[in-house]
Amino acid sequence: MLEIRNLTAEVDGKPILKGIDLTVNAGEVHAIMGPNGSGKSTLSSILAGRDGYDITGGSVSYQGQDLLALAAEERARAGVFLAFQYPVEIPGVSNIYLLKAAVNARRRHIGLPELDAMDFLALVREKVKFMEMNEAMLYRAVNEGFSGGEKKRNEILQMIMLEPSLALLDETDSGLDIDALKVVSKGVNSLRSPDRAMILVTHYQRLLDYITPDKVHVLSGGRIVKTGGPELALELERQGYAWLGADAQATGAGAAR
Amino acid sequence: MSEAQSTLDEIVGKEYEYGFETLLEMDVIPPGLSEDVVRVISAKKNEPEWLLEWRLEAYRHWRTMTPPEWANVHYPPINYEDIIYYAAPKSQKDGPKSLDEVDPELLKTYDKLGIPLHERAILAGIAVDAVFDSVSVATTFKDKLAEVGIIFGSFSEAVHQHPELVRKYLGSVVPVGDNYFAALNSAVFSDGSFCYIPPGVRCPMELSTYFRINAKNTGQFERTLIIADEGAQVSYLEGCTAPMRDENQLHAAVVELVAMEKATIKYSTVQNWYPGDKDGKGGIYNFVTKRGECRGDHAKISWTQVETGSAITWKYPSVVLKGDHSIGEFYSVALTNHRQQADTGTKMIHIGRNTRSTIVSKGISAGFGQQAYRGLVRVAKSAVGARNHTQCDSLLLGDKCQAHTFPYIEVKQPSATVEHEASTSRISEDQLFFCRSRGLSPEDAVSMIVNGFCKEVFKELPMEFAVEAQKLLGVSLEGSVG
Repeated sequence: MLEIRNLTAEVDGKPILKGIDLTVNAGEVHAIMGPNGSGKSTLSSILAGRDGYDITGGSVSYQGQDLLALAAEERARAGVFLAFQYPVEIPGVSNIYLLKAAVNARRRHIGLPELDAMDFLALVREKVKFMEMNEAMLYRAVNEGFSGGEKKRNEILQMIMLEPSLALLDETDSGLDIDALKVVSKGVNSLRSPDRAMILVTHYQRLLDYITPDKVHVLSGGRIVKTGGPELALELERQGYAWLGADAQATGAGAAR
Repeated sequence: MSEAQSTLDEIVGKEYEYGFETLLEMDVIPPGLSEDVVRVISAKKNEPEWLLEWRLEAYRHWRTMTPPEWANVHYPPINYEDIIYYAAPKSQKDGPKSLDEVDPELLKTYDKLGIPLHERAILAGIAVDAVFDSVSVATTFKDKLAEVGIIFGSFSEAVHQHPELVRKYLGSVVPVGDNYFAALNSAVFSDGSFCYIPPGVRCPMELSTYFRINAKNTGQFERTLIIADEGAQVSYLEGCTAPMRDENQLHAAVVELVAMEKATIKYSTVQNWYPGDKDGKGGIYNFVTKRGECRGDHAKISWTQVETGSAITWKYPSVVLKGDHSIGEFYSVALTNHRQQADTGTKMIHIGRNTRSTIVSKGISAGFGQQAYRGLVRVAKSAVGARNHTQCDSLLLGDKCQAHTFPYIEVKQPSATVEHEASTSRISEDQLFFCRSRGLSPEDAVSMIVNGFCKEVFKELPMEFAVEAQKLLGVSLEGSVG
């Protein structure tokens, strides 16, 4: 599904990613953990195609295509989805309008007819209910006046409507109370399937109580310094990122070759 | 330059769709302006003496005036001797006839513009008066409207058929010497629309005028007069297009609205005159005076405008609130792209007690566009309990455009409440990336965000117009993400 090879990237001349190697196969859920400033969000932003990063080396292959050569909207239509850490507000644009535009952009791309208003409404109502959201929010402006939890649920709603092949969740758990976290996790888990891959970027282990990853990677100083199973996240939770200190240095040096 | 900016530039590059010219045999007088020209225009229209005198008074007044220079727009001086003040399709010389007699070329033009002149009008439920260059060529639904006592048709026709009404109201809201362009219009106006809604009648359909400038070097000076008598209600729509030309063309219209006691007039404009090319060559100078007067208690006048065209827009649709409890509204979306300039806003003059006004202005500037909101809220001593709320938002796309706000507030009545809110924002990179990461092209993303910004105004437009306005905004913005 996704193959990242020795990816390096800078922002304003400052190296942020210093050689990332990561392979995510269809059906897998990977968690990327790490302290603040380790490059987690940069990685997900680069994969989704945000401007403002200089890719200085390496490659990213997604379903056999060069992902970095595609514009953000082309990636989205090809099935890459980013759930934002800070979903933006778009005044005056209703949530349902954005959802419909997004769903139909994807459908056009894969050669399906656009959903008509009735079919779309039926589908979106079902998903809203599943996400335990109030239908009224469909008619409110995108994220405007939404609470932190509502914004995150709204991101997951978009995700389950779009049914991406590769979902990137950037700190989706931050700012969520426990009930919202459960609902968000339910949404994410409902999408787990053998032909879909997910990358969860998170600072804390608690999201992983609800979504069990196949692999956990620790990102530190722009490199993946440790990879393990779900137990690695628990270890981190117990010992903190400082625990990786010496170990991280060593692995980092190794990865840099 | 960011990628977003370059996409913005592409979007702003879209071409004007209505820039075709229709070849018709025209009845044209030579360029230039004099008392004789005014007399010729009046004679061509077979006007009564009083109207000629009225025109001449305006002309003489105009000669003493100088063009306004306070607006934040810049253009070389206009040579009024180069302008043709009367041009009419030849077959229409004797005024509007039935649709069957209208030049088929002309009907084709309206077809191209999507104006429902024929039976389509019935489906659309809109009565249309179409003004081509200087004359009104066809009015649909006239008979049906006459059944309920509504007079709707060309101005010239009204002069002959309802002289008492025209004489009573013409110039009563915008006097001949009101301003430079209004005076010019009063002297040389060639046609326009006239509408009278009798007491207690609610107009059963939307009324509409479509203006088109076709002939070269022609100025268009139409005059619209709408009177809603006691308790009457009317919704009026106005649309405009012009061919693409390298020269600037002058459009100096006057619209007067009179609302008597408990009457309501809703006036909506979608202005899409040719804006000039991307370097600012050509385009219409849209110097328009629009004013309504709430003469009776509980009267209401509401202006909604979507201004996307014209090289320069100079326009302040206003309401004089004389009647107690009368209401004035102004909802505006103005877009300037490339080298377009707009200085637009409103005046709300509170005279009656407990009068209320609402102003919502949304300015969008892209490319090298120059945009100014200029608004006056005046509360006279007599206007006890008057209230105004003004909201004035500007959206900038790119880093070469400008937005200015010039609010004037004059309050002489201590019990009045006047509120002014203003904001200036840009489309953020984050918003754009968010939309793109949901699969929307940068063009669609900008169009969606801009439409969202304008929503409060669009919801005031009649349905069909709202859809048209949204599309127009998308087209006008092509080439401009930021």
